[in-house]
Amino acid sequence: MTAVPADPPATGRPSRRAVSRGSTFDPIFGFLCGAAATLLLATLTGVMISLAIGGWPAFAKFGLGFFTSTRWNPSADIAGGEFYGGAGPIVGTLITALVALVLSLPIAVGVAVFLTEFCPRTLRRPIGIAVELLAGVPSIVYGMWGLFVFAPLFSQVVETPLAYWTPPPFLGKGFADFWNNAVIGDLVPNGSGIFAASIILAIMILPFMAATLRELFLTVPPKVRESAYGVGCTPLEVVMSVTIPYVRRSAIGAVMLGLGRALGETMAVTFVIGNAHNFPKGLFSGGSTIASTIANEFAEATTPLHTSALIALGFVLFVITFAVLAIARTLLNAQRQA
Amino acid sequence: MAAIAGIGVLILIALLVLSALVALFGGAFGSRKLANLGFIVFCVGGATLAIASLAAILASLLANGLGGINLAVFTQDTPAVGSSGGLRNAIIGSIAMCLMGMIIAVVVGILAGTWLAEYSGRSRWTAAYGSVVRFVNDVLLSAPSILVGLFIYEVVVLYVVHHFSGFAGAISLALLAVPVVTRTTEDVLRLQSKQLRESGVALGAPLWITIKDILWKAASGGMITGALLAFARISGETAPLLFTSLGNQLSTVHLPIYREGGRWLFDPSLGLNQPTASLPKVIFDYALSAYDDWRRLAWVGALLIAIAVLGINILVRVLSAEPKRS
Repeated sequence: MTAVPADPPATGRPSRRAVSRGSTFDPIFGFLCGAAATLLLATLTGVMISLAIGGWPAFAKFGLGFFTSTRWNPSADIAGGEFYGGAGPIVGTLITALVALVLSLPIAVGVAVFLTEFCPRTLRRPIGIAVELLAGVPSIVYGMWGLFVFAPLFSQVVETPLAYWTPPPFLGKGFADFWNNAVIGDLVPNGSGIFAASIILAIMILPFMAATLRELFLTVPPKVRESAYGVGCTPLEVVMSVTIPYVRRSAIGAVMLGLGRALGETMAVTFVIGNAHNFPKGLFSGGSTIASTIANEFAEATTPLHTSALIALGFVLFVITFAVLAIARTLLNAQRQA
Repeated sequence: MAAIAGIGVLILIALLVLSALVALFGGAFGSRKLANLGFIVFCVGGATLAIASLAAILASLLANGLGGINLAVFTQDTPAVGSSGGLRNAIIGSIAMCLMGMIIAVVVGILAGTWLAEYSGRSRWTAAYGSVVRFVNDVLLSAPSILVGLFIYEVVVLYVVHHFSGFAGAISLALLAVPVVTRTTEDVLRLQSKQLRESGVALGAPLWITIKDILWKAASGGMITGALLAFARISGETAPLLFTSLGNQLSTVHLPIYREGGRWLFDPSLGLNQPTASLPKVIFDYALSAYDDWRRLAWVGALLIAIAVLGINILVRVLSAEPKRS
């Protein structure tokens, strides 16, 4: 006869919990989760503080000159000695990002409208997915394409003809001066420069902005749109006076996110901007951005002051992007809660 | 051939500008239909231009990279000038640093996301702190990656390890992946029903068992998606590696127990405690070089990265599309 296993002998009061083990770990688990959340906060603060400390020697030595001078001179042998003025890269960063945004935004709106209003239903999903996938392609791929495919073509089709074109006299001397100074600058038709970098940046942020705008447009209730169509609006009027006003705040947020990306982008820019430190003379001149300068020079920085100047540039970039991203997130979150 | 395509693009751009002008000012001349026509042409033309330029990028990747793929790419290390070689050290280094970064990022990101979703609503103070953390996470999500590289250089390379190392690279990649994991973890946990939470409490389970065995299990699909997206994001990152892991001509990554010079050796650092090669850095260096073999390898590397990233993204779509139907 086999012994029937008896119930375990009761040891005192029976537990009222079905799962009783481990409640002592509760506060520890909560603490770990809180610590992980705090780590995020610490990271952002750490980035800010470390950049400020690393860049301090350069800020202290050059003062306001760091922001106003364009002289970038790592060698102590040249007249004037070692000097770092970041105006060239700072202005280059702002110009490339803004031009990229101006080029890319209308097209992104066009793509988003095309996908929500005009695209045949069967193509809607595949094209939408393709746009979203392309938003994830690493930026170094865009950079390589820019260097090997885009730059030669841009030089041949755009820059060389422009270099030979002189504005006709009937446009006046003012236009000729503007054209020669602000647009052409010291153009070297090799396919690189501020404008070329802006175009590559525009192509890079285009899928991201188009995908975000499309998602926003889809949040407009069909009833609202359809009632606009019902009173006889054309698609243009529906988009301009119903769809876009409906998502206005988050759309601005999405655009600012795109701008944030363009400001901090390194690889797509470094290949094609020409890497000249002076103040960009015109849209077609060679130039540099903060990120491209750091990427090119940091590993080969010759003196501590050189390293410090590069980190100081990084601090400036941090401040600019933080402001842009903060505004973007505030706008996006306000819409979400409304 | 290329020039013809370039001129075609210029004509398309001219058409876009023209149609945009018609759309903007057609209404002013009293013709709503004309303005609308301009708008339709602009949208369709814009979509064509966008898709054409992106198709051009993928096409040139395939055209330049596909021919260079052979066995040597995966079995030989990056070559010196003039000799033949492959990308083995860079591929292994990239995988090792990305995996290590992901391990850190998944642990930190899931815990942080859990705190935001489950613990931050407990009192007014935690709620305020939670919204600050959420905001910081959103900013980190799109912060310039080169600044994260600078931060890790200043902290890890200068003061902790004292030289360029694969660890520094892995940590900087982890910092870029953490916000993605945190965000998706919080989002999917918030989607779980209140009943699910109550069921754990009803069993008398401690909170952390409820979270671990019920909520995480229920949300596992979304959390895996988030981790994969983070992996896709960091596998193509170049900027933060430039001055953290630097690069290496040799294949230095190995298993914890490995055989070298006829002896079995044990080294838990996986060989990451020294400068480590990575695919994006090799692409950056070789693309800017003057040698044709190096440029060819750069194209191959770019193609491999693009395939990996697109492959992960497609996998995510397949994974996240299935449960919706059932």
